Amino acid sequence: MVSEKISFAYPSVEIIQVRISGDWRISAGVPPVGQISAEFSRNPQIKRVVFEVGDEFKWDSGFISFLLQLVKECKPKNIGVSRESLPKGSEKLLSMVLKNSAEVPAPPKIEKESFLAGLGGRAVEINAEVISLLDFLGQLAAAFGRLLRGKAYFRRNEFVFIIQRSGIGALGLVSLISVLVGVILAFVGAIQLQLFGAQIYIADIVGIAMVRVMGAVMTGVIMSGRTGASFAAELGIMQTNEEIDALRTLGVSPVEFLVLPRVLALVMMMPLLTLYADLMGIAGGFLVSSGMLNINPVEYLQHTKSAVKLSNLWVGLVHGIVFGVIIAVAGCLRGINCERSAGGVGEATTSAVVTAITSIVIATAIITFVCQILGV
Amino acid sequence: MENSMPVIEVRDLDLSYGDVTIMSGLNFKVQKGDIFIVMGPSGCGKSTLLKVMIGLKDPEKGKVLYGGESFWDQDFPGQQAMMRRFGVLYQGGALWSSLTLEENVALPLQIYTNLSVEQIREVVRVKLALVGLAGYPNFYPAQISGGMRKRAGLARAIALDPDIIFFDEPSSGLDPVSARMLDDLILQLRDALGATIVVVTHELASIFAVGNSAIFLDPESRTMIASGSPKDLLANSSDPRVIQFLTRGEKQGA
Repeated sequence: MVSEKISFAYPSVEIIQVRISGDWRISAGVPPVGQISAEFSRNPQIKRVVFEVGDEFKWDSGFISFLLQLVKECKPKNIGVSRESLPKGSEKLLSMVLKNSAEVPAPPKIEKESFLAGLGGRAVEINAEVISLLDFLGQLAAAFGRLLRGKAYFRRNEFVFIIQRSGIGALGLVSLISVLVGVILAFVGAIQLQLFGAQIYIADIVGIAMVRVMGAVMTGVIMSGRTGASFAAELGIMQTNEEIDALRTLGVSPVEFLVLPRVLALVMMMPLLTLYADLMGIAGGFLVSSGMLNINPVEYLQHTKSAVKLSNLWVGLVHGIVFGVIIAVAGCLRGINCERSAGGVGEATTSAVVTAITSIVIATAIITFVCQILGV
Repeated sequence: MENSMPVIEVRDLDLSYGDVTIMSGLNFKVQKGDIFIVMGPSGCGKSTLLKVMIGLKDPEKGKVLYGGESFWDQDFPGQQAMMRRFGVLYQGGALWSSLTLEENVALPLQIYTNLSVEQIREVVRVKLALVGLAGYPNFYPAQISGGMRKRAGLARAIALDPDIIFFDEPSSGLDPVSARMLDDLILQLRDALGATIVVVTHELASIFAVGNSAIFLDPESRTMIASGSPKDLLANSSDPRVIQFLTRGEKQGA
């Protein structure tokens, strides 16, 4: 279909005249160089290519790529390409391309590493990660020490702002999730307890489960996604914008200036949010029990009161404090170590959330185990 | 297209940033083959004007006409067809970081043409060679310097042989030699491709090196206060703000 754009004539044995016409623009498609090479092999005496441009000839860089291929084809055969009769602009473009084509730097080396090298590399990486975590915790402890001695650079306004954002701002989400968890616990408990006519023990299940562990864990998960991720993104963007370097050159520890207020804010807010989540969870259980499972509301509350011991509450609050430290540290650490690239901030955010949630589950297991041994 | 018809015409254009009108009453024409400079101090609305012209932002009021047709009155396919005729070089190059230079330049060709894979590769080679990056098709944007990234961005901008090429601050962040190279490239491409070029910049060296027509946006009066070739403006303008800008504040104006 494209062949009518190109035709050949032989003014003499050594010269091939290439007639080009029609639309040679990229949008219309470019004829292959193969047709001319076929002429070359049929007539080995050809020493020169000249062009004749037809009336309706339209061109853009599609034509230039054709010429470039032609020149490449002709060079080893010592065939000259006359450029005089080419459209003026195209001649210019071709010389620009030819001039620049000479420069050939080494391509980048992208080596694929073997499985063992990858494994070893990962081990070294984990080692470095652990060291950077310890370094970070050390700096945090030092900053906290300076704060206690009243020597830290600590901005109260920012601290209050973070408390507001990570505490009060999270109430809505914590309410919704906690009420629903209470509802779910009540329903799941009811299925079994109804078999024995012991529905009233739903109050014990919901109360103890929420106060001792579920309230804290659900709040922890919510805060990892909400606040931990936002800490990582904030600090990551600061790292990308060289704001953290600017602090360092000023002699201010970024851990003291940026991380400490965030960690303290979250450590203060997490137990409070946990307490709130406990209440909301009990409310959820109460709603289902009294509304749908025909349990006497007063009896439900009495049962809850007698089942939930103060020790349960302490255990829950300890969970909350520990989770607060985990979430803030994971978010800030990932943010500060963020890579300066387009994907860096995204990666930091993701890994902050993953680290926080994983650590929360592990910490819960450890605390539960310790409580078991202590008999709390 | 008739010779008398301007390639781009802006009529009574108002620009806003948020709720604030930052420029009003913009009127100018860009003729075929022009290198048209939009200049003015930082924050005067140059980049906003560019965004409206390349279809990224609705104008508050007024029209942008390409070959006599109003861009913002088209339906989306109509706008798309017009946008295909633009190439834009963004300030930082705006290369897609997950693609190699070759893939960056090839993407518009893959979307808009029916060329085969080999043909696309050849066209991409031409474009990269035109901007002096012939040896770099397999590099990722993160592996090359800022100046090279801009040139690669230019290769992508001219991938489809656009009629109009827009440059947003082409020399910002470049050393003088690289900036000069890019200016030369702009001139060469205009001559070779016959394209019309719009440059948004406040770099005096570039303005005088490439521009043959210009407008000056003034942030205080919130409108354009001068138009003409940069050299004429420097020689003949009676407006102190224009003279001050064009002489880096050395002359306070007539």
